[in-house]
Amino acid sequence: MERVPVLRIGGLLLVSIQVDLQDQTVLALQEDLAERIIATGAHGVIIDITAVDIVDSFIGRMFATIASMSRLMDAETVVVGMRPAVAITLVELGLSLGGVRTALDLEEGMRLLGTAPPGGGSGDGAAAGPAGGS
Amino acid sequence: MTSPPDQEVPIASGDDVVRVRQLVRAAAAAAGLSLVDQTKIVTAASELARNTHVHGGGGTMRIERAVGERGRAGIRIVFHDDGPGIPDVEQALSEGWSSGTGLGLGLSGARRLSDEFRLASEPGKGTTVAVAKWPR
Repeated sequence: MERVPVLRIGGLLLVSIQVDLQDQTVLALQEDLAERIIATGAHGVIIDITAVDIVDSFIGRMFATIASMSRLMDAETVVVGMRPAVAITLVELGLSLGGVRTALDLEEGMRLLGTAPPGGGSGDGAAAGPAGGS
Repeated sequence: MTSPPDQEVPIASGDDVVRVRQLVRAAAAAAGLSLVDQTKIVTAASELARNTHVHGGGGTMRIERAVGERGRAGIRIVFHDDGPGIPDVEQALSEGWSSGTGLGLGLSGARRLSDEFRLASEPGKGTTVAVAKWPR
């Protein structure tokens, strides 16, 4: 069984799913995340599913479970990068994931969790730029 | 290019469920389904493969060429197991009904995501479920 790595960036945990998820991998990820949230004191979790081409009810339930679980441990979860075809399919499947926060991409997800993306695109650079009106 | 002969694939582990998704994805793309329809039928197959593995105690999957109205060619995926069977098919298909291990979206969700859905099951005699999808 493959394990999905959990990376720490400051106060965030980042999970980027790059493998075909089988159920055991999904369950292991839930457990790994719970442990890492406590061990690191992270206040946010970002799950990047840009590379995920299907989300079925088991995988969808994982997002909801991780979101609820992390909230109990004082961390917010954001799922980022859902493909349009996946979103359409999830709704038709009957899973709307109402309790799960989402963002279009990693950068938006980080902003949603109150963390400026590294390299700060909207900082000094924008102010100095010629078209940097606010 | 000729389509491959109908092959029977065993479903006996979580890895096999992943393999079913990959095979169905390839067949759906080859049948000319749109990306959204590919995603729908792969998702339906994933639900059914999990049922075969978890509830049926393992079984098989087969991908067929499905001929629809006006001779349209699509794909049909047939799952079979010799497990305990489903005592009340009507109930099992109702949304939210769960055997206790899931959300109860497996069968009902697979039906909604498919253009054709057939289920035959008898207690003690296993279960056969077939889903099909055609290009729009």
